[in-house]
Amino acid sequence: MSGKTLHTPNRPAAVVAVILFAIAFITYWDASAMTVRASYGMGANATSYFVAVLFVALGVGHLVSAFKPSDLETEASDWKAIGWIGLALASLIGSIWLGGGFILGSTLLFAFTARAFGRRALLADICLGAVLAVLIFLLFNKLLTLALPQGPLERLF
Amino acid sequence: MESFALLFDGFSLATQPANLIYAAIGVIIGTAVGVLPGIGPALTVALLLPVTFKLDPGGSIIMFAGIYYGGMYGGSTTAILLNTPGESASVVTALEGNRMARSGRGGPALATAAIGSFVAALVATIALAFLAPLLVKIAVKFAPWDYFGLMLIAFVTVSATFGSSPLRGLTSLAFGLWLGLMGIDQLTGQARLTFGVPELLDGIEVTTLAVGLFAIGEALVVASRHLYKPEKPIPVNGSIWMSMEDWARSWKPWLRGTAIGFPIGALPAGGAEIPTFLSYNIERKLSRKSEEFGSGAIEGVAGPEAANNASAAGTLVPLLTLGLPTSATAAVMLAGFQQYNIQPGPLLFAQHADLVWGLVASLFIANVMLLVLNLPLIGLWVRLLAIPLPWLYAGILVFASMGTIAANPSVVELLLLTGFGVVGFLMRRYDYPIAPAVVGLILGPLADNALRRSLQMSLGDPMVFLQHPSSAIMVGIALSALVAPFIFKGLSRFQQDED
Repeated sequence: MSGKTLHTPNRPAAVVAVILFAIAFITYWDASAMTVRASYGMGANATSYFVAVLFVALGVGHLVSAFKPSDLETEASDWKAIGWIGLALASLIGSIWLGGGFILGSTLLFAFTARAFGRRALLADICLGAVLAVLIFLLFNKLLTLALPQGPLERLF
Repeated sequence: MESFALLFDGFSLATQPANLIYAAIGVIIGTAVGVLPGIGPALTVALLLPVTFKLDPGGSIIMFAGIYYGGMYGGSTTAILLNTPGESASVVTALEGNRMARSGRGGPALATAAIGSFVAALVATIALAFLAPLLVKIAVKFAPWDYFGLMLIAFVTVSATFGSSPLRGLTSLAFGLWLGLMGIDQLTGQARLTFGVPELLDGIEVTTLAVGLFAIGEALVVASRHLYKPEKPIPVNGSIWMSMEDWARSWKPWLRGTAIGFPIGALPAGGAEIPTFLSYNIERKLSRKSEEFGSGAIEGVAGPEAANNASAAGTLVPLLTLGLPTSATAAVMLAGFQQYNIQPGPLLFAQHADLVWGLVASLFIANVMLLVLNLPLIGLWVRLLAIPLPWLYAGILVFASMGTIAANPSVVELLLLTGFGVVGFLMRRYDYPIAPAVVGLILGPLADNALRRSLQMSLGDPMVFLQHPSSAIMVGIALSALVAPFIFKGLSRFQQDED
């Protein structure tokens, strides 16, 4: 969607309309590929078709509202802060994916999120996050016997 | 009365020493999390669900009831001492409560909120105990088409009647319905929208969606708008006890608030916003000292707080008897019940009467605990309010992701959580309501089942929904609620915010 080809007063609504049409298409495509048929009555794909139609209707609604002036002021966002939170969540996911375990991942998640909210003391936050992560791990893994992902650090306990 | 005998059994379960300890822990951690700024009851319950996973079913439910009422009470404490209501139902409490705290009357404000919540929850829980069995008698006669009609009403009222525009509400609902399609279909075993990912075969966890949309989405919004300027909680000086005059001015608003809150909460389109605003306006009209409104009138705290708690107990009526969640908090609670393998609905009262009445009894117990523990611990709650926001949100994200992987240890689940967080952020940014998505995910598969069962019974004839008067009326109500906002564009509508 380049700004040169599309001039609508309400761009977010136009983008949402495109997303809604895309979801409708995916749902329709998924339903048409279903092989299990109900012996009688409606099959599982009937509901999918229904939801796809709903998405098309909502997409048309958004398309109509895209040509009206927007009733909403979007506030400026600090994308750097969002980037830090993205990095925080990515560290946790990466740590668990690569077998780094819960404590390492949560420590990084804590420290980077605090950074996103304007803290500048990364080292102190890493220490605090580590203490918190160890406490949560001990409480939930040992006391409540929930299975949190284990890495080298967790095996020490 | 049969229900009294059953309630008595429930009490004997709930007052066992171990269960009393569970109730106390639930109330304390529920309040502790609910008190944190920006966290409403829905998120409190969603975040604390994993804590109750591994207890025995009775203990889980009792702790759960404590968390629920604790989270509600924590919200009002934030509203009074910080003037940042954690949820929309506490907005009204903040109006007068924060003024009272500023003029050094924070103690009585917290006390009247606590005792008012206690009175309201007590009366409303008794009403629930009476009303639920009656409703169950009607609900057991419901056929699939009636259920489908009922769910249509719930869909429309949650998404179209409230919020900034019906289009946005319905889009949010459709997102939830779409997520509800994912996984293996219960009736035929067909996999839908799983894209070959085995983790998606079980469908989307409601808690993952709720925590992603509410917790991570909220954190992204707060961080991106620099909404983390330090706000100092107002210290509670002087006595926390209410004077004789405070009592005299509080008890009628408590009862009126309860009378307003419970019936509205029990309606499918209920919620807590309308009753709290109604109660505030009524108290302002009826007060003998109405000139104090705007500068800290105790009636303006007592009434709305009672209405808030009574409506919360009211939402339990459709939730327990029909399996219908009518608010975000109720939707998360339903997810909680499903974790314990309890499916709310009319059959619950027939098959697991002990559990239902155990829950009702633990609501009573949690209420008493709340009153006994909260006022003495007020110093602790004030200190929690002073946690710096960077640490607070970092802690919330750690806890949110911990709960997600504890329930389902896989990277896919974390990716879903992150994805829902981004969607939650965008929905907030472009003013789409969030509760309809959660309700859609929970009710979508149930509505799907009801729809297809009815069509199986009618041999594919869609007129089945109009041939039965009961379902025809409900479809009619849903349709008119859907169309009305488009026709009466000028009609001033209530704006409902999420927790």
